[in-house]
Amino acid sequence: MADTGEVMEIQMGPSHPASHGTIKFNLRLDGETIVDVDVEIGYLHRGFEKMCEQGTWNHCFPYADRLNYASPILNNVGFALAVEKLAGVTAPERCQYIRVIGGELSRVTDHLTCLGMGASELGAISVGFYMLEAREFLYDLVEAMTGARLTVTYCRLGGVMNDLPADMKERTAAALKQVRRIIADCDRLLSRNRIFVDRMVGIGALSREDAISYGLTGPLLRATGVPYDVRKAEPYLVYDRLDFSVPTGTSGDNYDRFMVRMAEMEQSMRIIEQALAGLPEGPIAITDPRYFLPPKREVYGSIEGLMNHFKLVIEGQKVPPGEVYVATEGGNGELGFYLVSDGSGRPYRVRVRPPSFYGMGALGEMLRGRMLADIVPTFGQINMIGGECDH
Amino acid sequence: MELTPDELLDRVATLLPGATRLAGDAARGQPVIVLERSALPAALHTLRDHPETRFAMLSDLTAVDYLGRTPRFEVVYQLYSPSLNHRLRVKVPVPEDDPAVPTATGVWKSANWAEREAWDMFGIRFVGHPDLRRILMYPEFEGHPLRKDYPLQKRQPLVPERDPIAAPWYPRRNGAS
Repeated sequence: MADTGEVMEIQMGPSHPASHGTIKFNLRLDGETIVDVDVEIGYLHRGFEKMCEQGTWNHCFPYADRLNYASPILNNVGFALAVEKLAGVTAPERCQYIRVIGGELSRVTDHLTCLGMGASELGAISVGFYMLEAREFLYDLVEAMTGARLTVTYCRLGGVMNDLPADMKERTAAALKQVRRIIADCDRLLSRNRIFVDRMVGIGALSREDAISYGLTGPLLRATGVPYDVRKAEPYLVYDRLDFSVPTGTSGDNYDRFMVRMAEMEQSMRIIEQALAGLPEGPIAITDPRYFLPPKREVYGSIEGLMNHFKLVIEGQKVPPGEVYVATEGGNGELGFYLVSDGSGRPYRVRVRPPSFYGMGALGEMLRGRMLADIVPTFGQINMIGGECDH
Repeated sequence: MELTPDELLDRVATLLPGATRLAGDAARGQPVIVLERSALPAALHTLRDHPETRFAMLSDLTAVDYLGRTPRFEVVYQLYSPSLNHRLRVKVPVPEDDPAVPTATGVWKSANWAEREAWDMFGIRFVGHPDLRRILMYPEFEGHPLRKDYPLQKRQPLVPERDPIAAPWYPRRNGAS
C-alpha cells in the first residue's frame, strides 16, 4: 500500500444506488483500498429538535414518527414514555400492552428493511423482495391498529389513540405465520450462501471495547457479545412480564450483526404473541384533564369539555419543570430522549439520542484499511436511517 | 449489584468532591451531578475507570441554551455503565462570553461526533477536539441554530460551488488519525 504513491480521491454519494440513505463518503483510495474516509452526514437534517421547541408536547409526536421511519411506533412509544416520566403519569395497563405489540411489530419491520435492503445491495435481490413482502403483512397490521402504514402518530401523552381492532389476534396469527415462512425461506437462501458469507464474515468488525467506547448499541453492540438490551437492562412497559431472550454474536462483524437481527425478529414475534395472549381489558388512555384531550362527546356537549379541549390545544400540557433522560430499545439500539420542561405548555428542549448517529460515527474506523466494496455491506448493517441519524 | 440513585450519588460524591447534586424533584429521581468545567476531563476519566462507577459508555452528549440565565449554557453528558447497569447525568455550566469546555474525546470515542454536533448547533467549543467542524450543517452555514436567539426565519447566504480537491472542507489524512 505504501509504495504506489498515488492516492485517488473519490466522493461516493450523497445519492448512490448502493446506499439506502443520503450520505456521502469522502474517500481517499489506494487502488481499491480505503486509505481514509470522511463520513459526511446531515443531508436529511430537518431540525427535529428546533421544531419540537416551537409547538406543544403533543405536536412533537408526528415529528417523532419521522425519526426512524422504518419503525415509527418505537419512536412514538419512546417519546411518550419520556414525556410521561416528566409529567409523572403512567399509561393504563392495556395501553402498555398495546404499545409493546405495536413496538415489536415495528422492530420486525425495521429489521426486515435493514436485512432485505442490505441483501439486495449485495446482489440477493430476490431476498430483498421476499422481505418486503413480509413487511407488507406487518404494515397491514399496523394500518389496522393505527390507520396508517408509516406515519402513525399513534401515541399520546398518557395513552394511545385507538384500541386494537376486534379481530387483532386472528389477523396477527395469520400475518406472523406468513412472516415466519418468508424469514425461513430467506434464511435458507442467504445465511449459508457462499457469496453472501464471503462479503460479510470478518468485514466491518469492531472490538467489544471499541464498540462500547463508540456508543454503539442495539444489534451492533450485541453482535460483539455484549448482551445490552434496554428492554432487559431497565425494563419499561410490561417487558419484565414477557419471556424473550437477547441474541448475541461473538465477532462483531457484519455477519454477526445480520444473524443477531435475524434471531431478534423471532423473539419479537414471540413477544407479540405473548402480549396478545395476556392483553387485559380496560381503558387505553388516562383521563387526567391536565394531559389528555377529553372525548369529543364532551367537547361538543359541555362547556367544561370545550374549555378543557381549548386549553390543551392552545396552551399545551403544562408539564412540571424538570428534566429526564429516558432510554428505550429502538430498532437500531438505545433510543433516548432528553427532555427539559420549564413548566409552560411547550418543551424547552427536546434532544433525541439517535442510535444510528453513533453507529455512523464508528463507520470510519470500521472501513479504514478495507476495500471499497466493503462499504456497502458495512453501511447496510449499521442501518442508518437518515431521518434519525440527521434528525 | 445494582445501586439506587442515592447510593450511586454518594459514591460519586466521595470520588469527586467538587460535584454537586441536582436538588429536589427536578430530575425526577434520576441521578444527576453538576461539575465545574475545570474538573474536566479528569473527573470523566475517574467516572469511566473507577471500579464502583465504570461508565464505559458515553451514551449521549448535548447542550442546552438557558438564554437569560447566567451561566447561559449547559453541556450534558449521559453516561451508562454496561457492566454495572447504571446511568448518571453530568451537567457542566458554560458561560456565554467564553463558551468552551475541555474535550471528552480522550475518554470516549463517541464524544467525537457528539461534540461536533454540540459545536454545530450551539457554538460551544470543545478545547482539544481533533476535528471540530460542523456535522449536520454545511461549512458556510452562519450561526448556531439551536441557540434560543437564532431567528427562526433567518435566511442563509447562497453557497458558491466548491472544489473538494482545491479547497477541501474535510481533513485529508493518510491512514488512521
